[in-house]
Amino acid sequence: MAFDVPALRKEFPTLQREIDGHRLVYLDSGASSQTPRVVLDAMDRYYSWSRSNVHRGVYQLAEEATDLYEGAREKLATFLDADPRGVVFTKNATEGCNLVAYSWVRRELGPGDALLTTVMEHHANHVPFTTAANELGFEVRHIPLTDDGQLDLDAARELVADGKVRFLAAVHVSNVLGTINDVAELARIVRDANPDAKVHIDGAQAVPHLPVSFRGLDVDFYAITGHKMLGPTGIGALIARPELLESMEPFLTGGDMIRDVTLEGATWNDIPHKFEAGTPMIAEAAGLGAAVDLLTELGMDAVREHEADMAAGLLDSVGGIDGVTIHGPSDPTLRGAAVSFAVDGIHPHDVGAMLGSKGVCVRVGHHCTKPLMRCLGLTASARASAYIYNDRDDLEPLVDGIEAAKTFFAR
Amino acid sequence: MSLEDMYQEIILDHYRKPLNRAPSLDDEAVAVHHSNPLCGDEMGLRLRVVDDAVDAVVFDGEGCSISQAAASAMTDAVIGRDLKDALDLTEDFRRMMHGDEPTRADDLKDGIAFQGVAKFPVRVKCALLGWMALKDAIETYERGASAHTVTHEE
Repeated sequence: MAFDVPALRKEFPTLQREIDGHRLVYLDSGASSQTPRVVLDAMDRYYSWSRSNVHRGVYQLAEEATDLYEGAREKLATFLDADPRGVVFTKNATEGCNLVAYSWVRRELGPGDALLTTVMEHHANHVPFTTAANELGFEVRHIPLTDDGQLDLDAARELVADGKVRFLAAVHVSNVLGTINDVAELARIVRDANPDAKVHIDGAQAVPHLPVSFRGLDVDFYAITGHKMLGPTGIGALIARPELLESMEPFLTGGDMIRDVTLEGATWNDIPHKFEAGTPMIAEAAGLGAAVDLLTELGMDAVREHEADMAAGLLDSVGGIDGVTIHGPSDPTLRGAAVSFAVDGIHPHDVGAMLGSKGVCVRVGHHCTKPLMRCLGLTASARASAYIYNDRDDLEPLVDGIEAAKTFFAR
Repeated sequence: MSLEDMYQEIILDHYRKPLNRAPSLDDEAVAVHHSNPLCGDEMGLRLRVVDDAVDAVVFDGEGCSISQAAASAMTDAVIGRDLKDALDLTEDFRRMMHGDEPTRADDLKDGIAFQGVAKFPVRVKCALLGWMALKDAIETYERGASAHTVTHEE
């Protein structure tokens, strides 16, 4: 293993807790990751030392706050191999998807056009586009799944063959199946059929876990969120091609995003500020910057190696329990460490409650992917998702808890 | 209160051997379908009314142990009661789920075993699902309709 998990775990205050005498085993990082001390300290430093608003301040505190905020943008740009002018801070990935839906899709697509997406999208990358389609009359096409929970790329080629697809919205890593999609290949498929088509990726479940190069993927938009990558809640980002942002109209308007305002109207600030109306999340940006520093220090190749190992461990241990079915790819090299499963005859809610009573935190429900759940013939599932602070020692309480649920709820 | 305490033996008995669990009913007056998208619970409930009383009620569907057991205990508590009385008992159960002392503890029969669920806020809606389906079925009957579908938002 490339980094020392027990030592790393000590850096996360919440992970020191016990629940009813049980060691806390946090396997819900797919929903939200834990926060390391360095991130808490970075936010605390802003509030207790540099507290002021960003931009246009001519005193030291304001310069410090601006440096924290713009410095976080630079760090994130470097981390994701993107141009900082193309890094727009948002509230979360959902807002990033909505920005793309409102400022590009709704202004560009209409009757006769088609939008391509997948059946495995999180509601965040589904609802903004289907709502637009229903209002504006363009068609939505869905890439289906293979039996092993991957996207059917042959079907995707057929879906774009008539050249009508002008936009692709797809998830990089599925929050339910764990599938890592070949985003670069998807982008090629779409552009081969229509060179002007734009590609938008939901990277919320990818950026915390894999090395991601925005330039390398060669996509147009890429939405992320901070709270799944060790950062605070309330901050995310939309990464976009700068020249595309230049050509787009803002989604939200108000202070800070303007160049000039008259009684009659306004002109827009330079990108990315054009898309950041109002006082931004300054403390959260400082926290996210610290999170990026920590992930950079660990190395994303090492993070991915660790998680592929955790995925393999989860597939072996949970998948090895009698009566348990794993959803998604069975090959750990094709997936992240978010593993959804069903326990024969026991509702996921009961499984999750039993695990929770033993200090093991997993998510149960539809995971904001109702269309996917319908495809899989499920109403709900339980999901264990591992991150950098989990190791194979966490698998034993998980397996024991599932076995306890089986005994307790046996009919 | 621990999780094991919430799941009393009475609850587990109803979960393992539910009463009045069936997909349909002869001479049914009303069929309702309730779902809770948040946790994926689905419940169908059918009601037969004779002389303005609950002559028979059955339920089926998919859900957690609490939702299934509570529906089972509900059927046993309301069969034979006047519709108005069944609604009154439903209100007593609903208040109990929000922390009040039940005023009709004996009439709730095994339903009283669910009192502890009130301490687990996320499970309250599970325990209420069957009772809310019954209330809806009675109200649907009273307005002269024979079917109704409800999606619970919370």
